[in-house]
Amino acid sequence: MTAYQFAKEAVSQGHEIYRVFFYGDGVLNANALSVIPQDEMNLPRAWEEFLTNHGIDSVACVSSALVRGILNSDESTRQKFAGVSLHESTQIAGLGQLVDATLHSERLISFV
Amino acid sequence: MQQKSLTFITRQAPYGTNKAKLVMDFALASAVFEQKINFLFIDDGVFQLVQNQNAEFILSKTTGRALETLELYGIKKVLVDAVSLEERDLSEEDLAIPVKILKEEQVRQIAAYSDVVINL
Repeated sequence: MTAYQFAKEAVSQGHEIYRVFFYGDGVLNANALSVIPQDEMNLPRAWEEFLTNHGIDSVACVSSALVRGILNSDESTRQKFAGVSLHESTQIAGLGQLVDATLHSERLISFV
Repeated sequence: MQQKSLTFITRQAPYGTNKAKLVMDFALASAVFEQKINFLFIDDGVFQLVQNQNAEFILSKTTGRALETLELYGIKKVLVDAVSLEERDLSEEDLAIPVKILKEEQVRQIAAYSDVVINL
């Protein structure tokens, strides 16, 4: 929740977000199959809307995602599974994308 | 390629959470991109260094092998916070790999002089 609010505020203050990288349990923020009680904040959906509306690149770490059942259609087909659980706004890739973001950004901000 | 000084701080015990692995994997990936890397063990993170661990009994991977990969990937600055060791009654002889033990002031400097500090 803090990461989402921080990212939103950063954009509204005119900062550029190079990439959002979901790592470890963070990949669950990109789970399209989360069902959230109606009177609660739907964080995965909020992330998806935010990332799509602002055209922000986002990546879920491949090893973190697969272990937690967060699969895009490519991975789902490869594993011969029926479903897709990753938000369309997010790609699956490796840690190289996190290193790349670290090197190309002024700051790396992480939320544990 | 652009080069930055990256300090990875690992703070969690080796088993129970996968944080230790997340920090390690990020550091190794950065090493592939030929960055200047400090790998620093603080708080319960120092337990990752204790020698002769065998995690087979708890159906986990032993961290010792991952520690050896630091050197293979060319990460030479493997650092440990002296206070964290002392608080846990550990000394250099208890550790599985050669490390450099840092005093409080040196830990502060490492963080201050790095372009990026990753803290998990």
